[in-house]
Amino acid sequence: MVARTTPHHDERRTAPPEGGPRPPGAGLHGRVVSRIPLRLRRLGLPYMLILPAILLELLIHVVPMLVGVGMSFLRLTQLYIRNWTAAPFAGLSNYQVAVNFDSAVGASLLHSFFVTVVFTILAVGMSWLFGTAGAVLMQGAFRGRGLLRTLFLVPYALPVYAGVITWSFMLQRDTGLVNHVLVDQLHLFGGDRPFWLIGGNSFAAVVIVAVWKSWPFAFLILMAGLQNIDKDLYEASAIDGAGWWRQLRSVTLPMLRPVNQVLILVLFLWTFNDFNTPYVLFGNAAPQEADLISVHIYQSSFITWNFGSGSAMSVLLLLFLLLVTAVYLVATSRRKSDA
Amino acid sequence: MRIGKNVGYIAVAGALLAAASACGGEDTNAGGGGASNSAEAVTLTYWASNQGPSVDADKQILQPELDKFQQQTGIKVNVEVVPWADLLNRILAATTSGKGPDVVNIGNTWSASLQATGAFLPMDDTVLTGLGGKERFLGPSLAAAGAAGKPPVGVPIYGMTYGLYYNKKMFADAGIDKPPATWDELVADGKKLTKDGKWGLAVEGASVSENSHHAFIFGQQHGGDLFDASGKPQFDSPQNVAAIKQYLDLMAVHKIVNPSNAEYANGTEAVQDFVNGKAGMLMWQSIASNIKAAGVNEADFGLAPIPLPDPSSGGRQVNGMVAGINLSVFNYTKNKDAALKFVKFMTSPEEQKILNKTYGSLPTVTDGYDDPAFQTENIKAFQQILATTAAPLPQVPEESQFETLVGTAMNQLWADAASGKPITDATVKAKLTQANQQVQPGS
Repeated sequence: MVARTTPHHDERRTAPPEGGPRPPGAGLHGRVVSRIPLRLRRLGLPYMLILPAILLELLIHVVPMLVGVGMSFLRLTQLYIRNWTAAPFAGLSNYQVAVNFDSAVGASLLHSFFVTVVFTILAVGMSWLFGTAGAVLMQGAFRGRGLLRTLFLVPYALPVYAGVITWSFMLQRDTGLVNHVLVDQLHLFGGDRPFWLIGGNSFAAVVIVAVWKSWPFAFLILMAGLQNIDKDLYEASAIDGAGWWRQLRSVTLPMLRPVNQVLILVLFLWTFNDFNTPYVLFGNAAPQEADLISVHIYQSSFITWNFGSGSAMSVLLLLFLLLVTAVYLVATSRRKSDA
Repeated sequence: MRIGKNVGYIAVAGALLAAASACGGEDTNAGGGGASNSAEAVTLTYWASNQGPSVDADKQILQPELDKFQQQTGIKVNVEVVPWADLLNRILAATTSGKGPDVVNIGNTWSASLQATGAFLPMDDTVLTGLGGKERFLGPSLAAAGAAGKPPVGVPIYGMTYGLYYNKKMFADAGIDKPPATWDELVADGKKLTKDGKWGLAVEGASVSENSHHAFIFGQQHGGDLFDASGKPQFDSPQNVAAIKQYLDLMAVHKIVNPSNAEYANGTEAVQDFVNGKAGMLMWQSIASNIKAAGVNEADFGLAPIPLPDPSSGGRQVNGMVAGINLSVFNYTKNKDAALKFVKFMTSPEEQKILNKTYGSLPTVTDGYDDPAFQTENIKAFQQILATTAAPLPQVPEESQFETLVGTAMNQLWADAASGKPITDATVKAKLTQANQQVQPGS
């Protein structure tokens, strides 16, 4: 519409080469906007385009995060939640309580942290392994490949709550499918039905459910990554006499490195922060052996109504994840430039 | 170029519009909280707790009563039934934002904790007189509506306490002619009932609230208090340790509780086991609606008081807690008069009879009992326990922390007992000490 009513404007503007001298007086009968130098307008456009996204990002993510940081310096208990600007300033005391590992609060937070670290290493490691194995095995065309690919993606497509609740039914001691298969059909454990939702096995249970839930994502991403590897590389290596294993190690995995770099980071962050899986599986009081940190912090703040303390723990978690992410990115990028 | 720039402007404008309309939306919501102040068209918002078998069932139970209220007063009430798992969080959110319902149901053990927030209208003598006077309400139930010496922050509408349900047929088959009156008898009866895949007693071992309620009741029986005179927590006192160990021993030592009960978490599984004849006894609040939903005959189940301690043991003669639901009014409401009219309606003898009959709970007003429905054996037994041997949970701001911390510690102890780990005074005390140290003072 603009182009149709004022065609000469556009002609004028596209006529001079970028950065070239402008004809004197060209902006005189233009509007104020056209006085802004062309280069600036060009530079500004991308920022204008992402401005809505930035504003919404600020509104949805950054502002609540900053509010959370602010809350961590307050003694925000049930006495002040009605008017939490009146909550007394607590300085660093919420942080001191959280990191005083001699106290019960700090010790349980540290315990929960270690449980979460081991959980994350196992869950991410296995998800990645299964995802890679699945993607590599599904690479060659064979009958039923489409069906299997679809089947593998089902856990990823399923709503988390529906999937995990089904697991919690399956893992019940007396009526669950898992014990029915293991004990009644396979006669393992000497006829003694193990618990999966309480006690030591609960850790294994939450790892298995987390892997079930997140490996399809690794599978999907790696499958996409594999499509981008040039077939010529495989042909060339085959001519050089490389077998399947050698191709995997020397062609597939190195070519997937950039994909893996992002994939493992994303899986790590999602798994470490995962609230849904443990919460749906165990409810708001997780067994000690499977006391993952996101539910632990929820319990420390929401259930005990101490929001300042919970915020401080969340900020510590955020700092830890930032640190790990930074170290990871620096380390993996350096390795890439070395190679 | 020009077109591209315009798209940029439009996008910015769109984003601002979206932000603005988001704010606008919030304001309209606030209106739902009771902005229409004109006398003709007052609309109240009411959050009801889930008392019946499901949220939908509750809606159907409450709606005819709310219609009746609208006919009488012209005040419309929009009800939302909030599941228990969400109720406290929703109340906290409403408290924080000052936006939410006008009237709300709360679990009475939260009274003092919520009182400390200042979110609820104090029901002082003037208000209570308007509701027909303090004397109308059952003493123990009203006492559980706030800290001692302060005006309550709500009035009780559904009363409840704990009793010992037993399966009459299973008792007869095992050759037991009456329910146990002492703890030794309960254990002996339980052993007789435990056979052929059936068990003496069902417990909800992974339910934080059930565990903490039992910790309180048995702690009282051993003469223990959860908080000392100055309000400091003492969950790990020798009396409380002995009380909780006695409860755990039902599974760990006497083996009359199915170890699987240690993972029962959702608050209905133990009741299911009992109603379906998998366990002979159950210490619970009213299970009338569960019995109805399961389609079994209520007369098959008897109700007795939970055994009291030997009077010479020094423990208190307590075998129940004053449980129940209170009705509170949010302080921020702009429809205070209408809200209090609604409270008066819900505590009127007629509504008390209708609702408590449906839910199998006890009327909380003395003039609600002249109905044959409340003259059944089970209701009379509950009434007797509530009136004589039930104690209220301590009304202190840290009460909700007690429920969470001790309840969670007991989840872990049940798990240990179920997997055959020894339950000793030392292991119980260690867990309770840890719970004790995690209490963060609320005031």
